[in-house]
Amino acid sequence: MTETQEVKTVDARRLWQEAYSSAKLREANFTSLSGEELKPLYGPDDVRIDADQDLGHPGSFPFTRGVHPTMYRGRLWTMRQFAGFGSARETNERFRYLLGLGQTGLSVAFDFPTLMGYDSDDAISRGEVGQVGVAISSLQDMETMMAGIPMDKVSTSMTINGPAPILLAFYIACAERQGIAAGELRGTVQNDILKEYQAQHAWLVAPEPALRMITDLMSYCSRAVPQWNTISISGYHIREAGSTAAQELAFTLANGLEYVRRGVAAGMDVDEFAPRLSFFFDSHLDFFEEIAKFRAARRIWARKLRADFGAQREASWKVRFHTQTAGVSLTAQQPENNIVRTTLEALAAVLGGTQSLHTNSMDETLSLPTEKAVKIALRTQQVIAEESEVAHVADPLGGSYYIEALTNRIEEHAQAYFDEIERLGGVVPAIEAGFFQKEIHRSAVRYQQDVEQGKKHVVGVNCYQDEDQAGPEIDIHRIDPAVEVDQRERLAKLRAGRDEVAAQAALAAVRAAAEGTDNLMDCFVAAAHADCTLGEITAILRDVFGEFKEPKTL
Amino acid sequence: MNQRIIRVLVGKPGLDGHDRGAKTVASVLRDRGMEVIYTGLHQTPEMIAEVAAQEDVDVVGLSILSGAHMELFPRVKAELESRGMGHTLLVGGGIIPADDMTALEEGGYARLFGPGSRTEDIANWIDTEMNRRWATEGDN
Repeated sequence: MTETQEVKTVDARRLWQEAYSSAKLREANFTSLSGEELKPLYGPDDVRIDADQDLGHPGSFPFTRGVHPTMYRGRLWTMRQFAGFGSARETNERFRYLLGLGQTGLSVAFDFPTLMGYDSDDAISRGEVGQVGVAISSLQDMETMMAGIPMDKVSTSMTINGPAPILLAFYIACAERQGIAAGELRGTVQNDILKEYQAQHAWLVAPEPALRMITDLMSYCSRAVPQWNTISISGYHIREAGSTAAQELAFTLANGLEYVRRGVAAGMDVDEFAPRLSFFFDSHLDFFEEIAKFRAARRIWARKLRADFGAQREASWKVRFHTQTAGVSLTAQQPENNIVRTTLEALAAVLGGTQSLHTNSMDETLSLPTEKAVKIALRTQQVIAEESEVAHVADPLGGSYYIEALTNRIEEHAQAYFDEIERLGGVVPAIEAGFFQKEIHRSAVRYQQDVEQGKKHVVGVNCYQDEDQAGPEIDIHRIDPAVEVDQRERLAKLRAGRDEVAAQAALAAVRAAAEGTDNLMDCFVAAAHADCTLGEITAILRDVFGEFKEPKTL
Repeated sequence: MNQRIIRVLVGKPGLDGHDRGAKTVASVLRDRGMEVIYTGLHQTPEMIAEVAAQEDVDVVGLSILSGAHMELFPRVKAELESRGMGHTLLVGGGIIPADDMTALEEGGYARLFGPGSRTEDIANWIDTEMNRRWATEGDN
């Protein structure tokens, strides 16, 4: 640049600044969804872009611009709608419906008893069986859910954490009964217990034994189910519980780094298990902040894995992630508006380079989604993919002053949190001290106050409300209480019909492995084949390992 | 005359782990000068009623987002009654379809708050309702 040009640029910037300062602005809060101040304009003075160091190219270190060289020209993201409700049979029908609509992967939602490791006939499960997902208490239930679905062809994501190793064992045993070897299976178990203590709150046992089960699962899968994604390190629930974008990113990556530490400490080679770790993020309404978050996630992880853990394989450095649009952004008021919110969030996920995506249905603040609402949600993704032409160019916002400044800022926030977590002694001590829980709660309360004070606008809720506040006319999807009764009968029949000696022997083997150091996964698969139930297995684990006591944070 | 302090138990019955709403409301009620006890997660109806009786609270507020409200809300009410706490002001919130809200209100829950409710409105409502009840007690 010549000297004259430089002077001109500086002058132009000064002139704009003066014009801006003397102009009258709207009465509004110019902050991000996370409550951070935003400048009116971003330019070369606001961010230094080192394209080689900080951006790289799609498919190359540090992967800021994406994990594949071709991005969506090679393959579109997987459209994966999370589903599951009522009985295994009904869920099986929904899965076949979704596969028929062109969905390319399955994603299983479990009910609360299953998520907490209780059988459908446990007293504590009353009223909850099949409500928010499918009830799976045994191998038999898994077989019903997967009936007629080619398990060697579909990839299945199971959102389960505390009991993840046991549900994976049911899945493996189910495939083996269909004549399919474990090595052919593809899919994911969420299996991210750390965020359960922090945000989602479906735990089985205390953190240390839970982490041991996770390293058992990682080690088992690297040997027997090499195409399985062993942990889906999840920010989604952290965000939904109220965190900011930066907190979501920081806590998720901190958890991920903790799993890597544990795997290495258990004697595994980082390059053996790190490629099977994947991520799961929320996509909320602040379009640019979300895109920056996805980009920062890739860059931070790549750098940490290479520098801190000495990972050599490219696959170990890559953040591959699933995204779900933000359930918390949906409103019960004027629910059709939720289609528009979901579209914006889905677009951010795509521009951020997601590998798979779930779009929420407009009626989810009222009940489980109806078939019609699910179809619109899936069609939203298909419109983005097929009609908007956005999928042709990798990282289309890369190099934008604003996006790069946001990406850098989120990275700085994350590093500050990593330092603080380290000061607290690491992720587990920070959980026990309630650190994450308090941080998330504080952000949730701040956001609620911002909405109530009108600092943040929510259409249909605190602005543009309908005169007629009567409930929206939307069909409600209800779970038949007969599901619970049927489940009890099925389980009673299963227990009466099985080889009891074999079942008890399998349970004794689980206890022995839990008390000792043998890999628990082998015992879980054997127990699944012996028709032991989820609740029978977790009762042993709770007994041997002890339960988690929620720290007081309020 | 001394202002009587409203004692509230915020409870999370069932296996549902969604505590964002319950904790936010608990914080707001506390900021409003109420005495608030939060049960923590995964409570049975018996556990909630037991704490309510021990602490002799005026209000029990329940939060459920798991769809189990028609099972658990009535059970909490029954457990409270069996402990001589039938006079407690019962309120609730969560993902609850309109028909269920009506049924629960007919079954003894004074007020249900759905998604999008303002915490300030919840606090005002409890405040007004408790003071109305105490004023009526004073008249008798």
